[in-house]
Amino acid sequence: MSEKKNFNANIKKVSKHISQNEGLIFERSSKGKAGYRLAPLDVPEVDAAKLLGGSLREDLGNMPEVSEFEIIRHFTRLSTWNYAIDLGMYPLGSCTMKYNARVNEVVVRMDGLANAHPYLPEKVAQGALRVMKDLSDGLLDITGMDAITLQPAAGAHGEMTGMMLVRAYFDDKKENRRKVLIPDSAHGTNPATAAMCGYEVENLKSNAKGMVDIAALDAQMNDNVAALMLTNPNTLGVFEEEIHKIADLMHAKGGMLYMDGANMNALVGKARPGDFGVDVMHLNLHKTFSTPHGGGGPGSGPVAIKKHLEPFLPSPVIVKKGDALAFDYERPKSIGRVKAYYGNFGMHVRALAYIMANGPDGLRQTTEDAVMNANYIRKKLEDVYELPFKSPSMHEVILSHRLQAVNGVKTGDIAKRLIDYGFHPYTTAFPLTVADHGAIMIEPTESEPKEELDLFIDAMRNIAREAQEDPDIILNAPHNARVERMDEVTANRKPVLRWKPNP
Amino acid sequence: MAFPADFKYTKEHEWVKIDGDSATIGITDHAQESLGDIVFVELPKIGAEVSAHKSFGTVESVKAVSDVYAPISGTVTAVNDELTNAPEKINSDAHGSWMIKIKVKDAGEASSLMSAADYEKYVAEEK
Amino acid sequence: MRYLPKSPADRAEMLREIGAANIDELFSHIPAEYRFKRDLKVPGQFSESEIIDYFKERSSEMAAGYGIMLGAGAYYHYRPVIIDSLISRGEFFTAYTPYQAEISQGTLQAIFEFQTMICELTGMEVANASLYDLSTGVAEGVMMAHRVTGRSETVIAKSVHPEHREVLGTYAQYMEMPIHEVGFGENGRVDLAKLDAAITDKTACVVIQSPNFFGTIEDVAAIAEIAHKKGALLVVSIAEALSLGIVKPPAEADIVTMEAQSFGVPLGFGGPYVGVIATGEKFVRQMPGRLVGQTVDKQGKRGFVLTLSTREQHIRREKATSNICTNQGLIALVATIYMTIYGREGLKDLAKQNLAKADYAAKEFAKNAKVLFGGAPRFNEFVVQTSGDAKAISDKLLDQKIVGGLPLKKFYPELGNAAVWCATELVTKAQIDLAAKAVRA
Repeated sequence: MSEKKNFNANIKKVSKHISQNEGLIFERSSKGKAGYRLAPLDVPEVDAAKLLGGSLREDLGNMPEVSEFEIIRHFTRLSTWNYAIDLGMYPLGSCTMKYNARVNEVVVRMDGLANAHPYLPEKVAQGALRVMKDLSDGLLDITGMDAITLQPAAGAHGEMTGMMLVRAYFDDKKENRRKVLIPDSAHGTNPATAAMCGYEVENLKSNAKGMVDIAALDAQMNDNVAALMLTNPNTLGVFEEEIHKIADLMHAKGGMLYMDGANMNALVGKARPGDFGVDVMHLNLHKTFSTPHGGGGPGSGPVAIKKHLEPFLPSPVIVKKGDALAFDYERPKSIGRVKAYYGNFGMHVRALAYIMANGPDGLRQTTEDAVMNANYIRKKLEDVYELPFKSPSMHEVILSHRLQAVNGVKTGDIAKRLIDYGFHPYTTAFPLTVADHGAIMIEPTESEPKEELDLFIDAMRNIAREAQEDPDIILNAPHNARVERMDEVTANRKPVLRWKPNP
Repeated sequence: MAFPADFKYTKEHEWVKIDGDSATIGITDHAQESLGDIVFVELPKIGAEVSAHKSFGTVESVKAVSDVYAPISGTVTAVNDELTNAPEKINSDAHGSWMIKIKVKDAGEASSLMSAADYEKYVAEEK
Repeated sequence: MRYLPKSPADRAEMLREIGAANIDELFSHIPAEYRFKRDLKVPGQFSESEIIDYFKERSSEMAAGYGIMLGAGAYYHYRPVIIDSLISRGEFFTAYTPYQAEISQGTLQAIFEFQTMICELTGMEVANASLYDLSTGVAEGVMMAHRVTGRSETVIAKSVHPEHREVLGTYAQYMEMPIHEVGFGENGRVDLAKLDAAITDKTACVVIQSPNFFGTIEDVAAIAEIAHKKGALLVVSIAEALSLGIVKPPAEADIVTMEAQSFGVPLGFGGPYVGVIATGEKFVRQMPGRLVGQTVDKQGKRGFVLTLSTREQHIRREKATSNICTNQGLIALVATIYMTIYGREGLKDLAKQNLAKADYAAKEFAKNAKVLFGGAPRFNEFVVQTSGDAKAISDKLLDQKIVGGLPLKKFYPELGNAAVWCATELVTKAQIDLAAKAVRA
């Protein structure tokens, strides 16, 4: 590779800046340093050896010993190696990386809420119950469903809960349906979930427009099928226009329609799953309702249902008891708990704060802006990247690498090159229905101003040109990140999953 | 690409070398090439029954898992444990890296397998 | 709306570029009958100060400032302030899952440190990047044991957290995994004879919790021997992670599932918490959840990546080890920072303070009521049997701004008027003395 090659000629969003080096915390540790001081003990000291006998532990091995300021430095330096929504657009399709409002972080840390033990007697837990109730009411109107549980800890956990409700319903009716239909474009969690609920997964092919093929559904749907798990808008960012036929067909043959709510942010205030025939769905509070992704969790995956599934909801549910709120544990038909306590309450607080900040008009405008942003990107890129499905886009647009692949440049390479341009990559290689798995899945969300979108479009167009003129620059990207492409092969063949001291 | 003439081949890209009632099985050079760097191999235990056209193990690359199918049915008599620690051997020498040996149940099943010439043609067409 | 960065002119221009006459055109493919016409019935828009007022009011309806003597799987420990200063950095809390290693090294390295510290504390060889919490962690641990052994049944101690057992029951009900419960003896520990009798050649694993739901520390080595003798794995669940500062790690276990909430995670009315699963290297490919591994980049520079991902749902789909997708990234970071602050000496010192508080409390309570399960060591929890109703006692203590122990009648009616109490370093002697008086008949 030529030394003089200018990797950065067309890059507008970022400049190089100093990146601090930092080793592992264990490498900073030395005996006698400490980052803590305990308050004095106000009860008599004890002889631990006497109390614990053979269960006594005397040594904590390689746990670090460092001072407070070193800890601040260490983690601050680490933080600067991350990309974040606070730094710029995060166009990950299906992940919905939107602004995480700061007021949410303030209210969740209020003493009474943050330090609330989950087993507080109900009379000193009314505030938390009220938060959960108010959030539930809001989510029910947003989805058009009849009842809800906030217990599931994440989207996949919500899916599992939802499918268990389906299973419990049929078991209760003594109907033995063994299969679940899942479109080939679905998230991997869908088939994994169905399997956990004891269902056999049957693949449903999409039609040429990337939507459910009604004829195929009709042929595959029978009295051995419990449900169809559908994402709407689907993973191509396309609204299933024949959703009413899909729902009718499922219901006519005694099955149910499960909606994966991963893309609910395209519908809030504009259409409601409860109105178009969905029986059960989950929401991802960390997507649609802006709770932070936190570098991979925590999430929250409430499940909203129609009346007929209500008896089966996880226990407990919130009920009114006079003027107060209470947990009802007397649920004989319940599928049982899916998690200890009541779900990721901290996420419930944040999601409610988000809804309150937006109100009905803000939520509608949010959806409209998200859809407008995706369509703007589509319009500005469809001449340089193939648009494999021409159906109208909602909150995300799926392009493909077909035009670039002729020069050996694939979606994963383009993604890596975007890093040089100062953007987080889009979602690559998903959904699987895009031929060759060459998908470029872009979801800008409502949070991006036009200027940031234009910079992204400019970066994508430049990369398309580079693919023709100088593919190597893309194939070896990123050039400007702290580290270059990682040796994942060795990481998998000879896994090193923890630090060990030098012998 | 040279496919050994004394092997038989499957449409799922396994090879088998039959020697009396014993058969040695691996994946083809074409298979390893399309899988890319192989990072892990999962093989059955000695004594396990394998059936023709059914999966008996998996090979993994960084981002994919692929089933390995038995060309013919039989009982596993030997497993190449070396591949567990050094799966890269499949990449460097697929036809020399056998995975399992079996005691053949029905030698007649072999008649439906491809010869080296047929397989080479099949691979060319698949591309 | 203040979060939306568009002027009306921006929107008009963008619609013009798209070629849409108005925004409704972009929604026109939704069948007309399903287009939502009215305003949603949700509160707002509210100003920031109104939102803060609403939550202040909610917060005031709780037990802010009370002494907390409740444990039972969620522990009230001091949280050093630098935890929140560090996790409030947008680069941590507004980042996505670190799939793109080149721009996620901060999160990845922190998780690698987390995995290492969990291994050090639990005595296991590998730990994952975290799970939702311990209740689901127990279920994941059991499913993992089933994959490893190829057996179908589970034997679980009744002294495992009742809600964790309930979650396991929920997970197991559709997967044909029968579960057998084994009771406890006079000292609160698992009844070893009954345990031995319950294990068969179909038992995939034995699940215990230590310290258990009564705060009693189990004889892990003895239980391991019984389980291993019959080819079953031992899953040890740890609800109070701080106990590992002073209690021997369950090195004899095959799988350890742990709740790390004690490590700097606010009680937060039950979540988000952070579960973790740890095991031996030979089982790593049967582990659920994400794993971070060390490797090098093309220049040979050390770095970290998500690895062994072929175990997971996005690749293996219905054959995945679990449907779990997310970990608890930010909460695992909280635990990592906490473990770093206290470290090798601090966790020991702090655990010892907890031991002292609970020992003092148990002695004081014993003056006025019956403290059960005295025959085995405990950490920071203990069970008190009273002549009066346990719930009434706890309710009355609220007047003195103390949240009392958890009544056990619902979970263990055989224990009568009993409650499990907890004394961490944050409970004062004065509060303990008040509570000890309140349990008097």
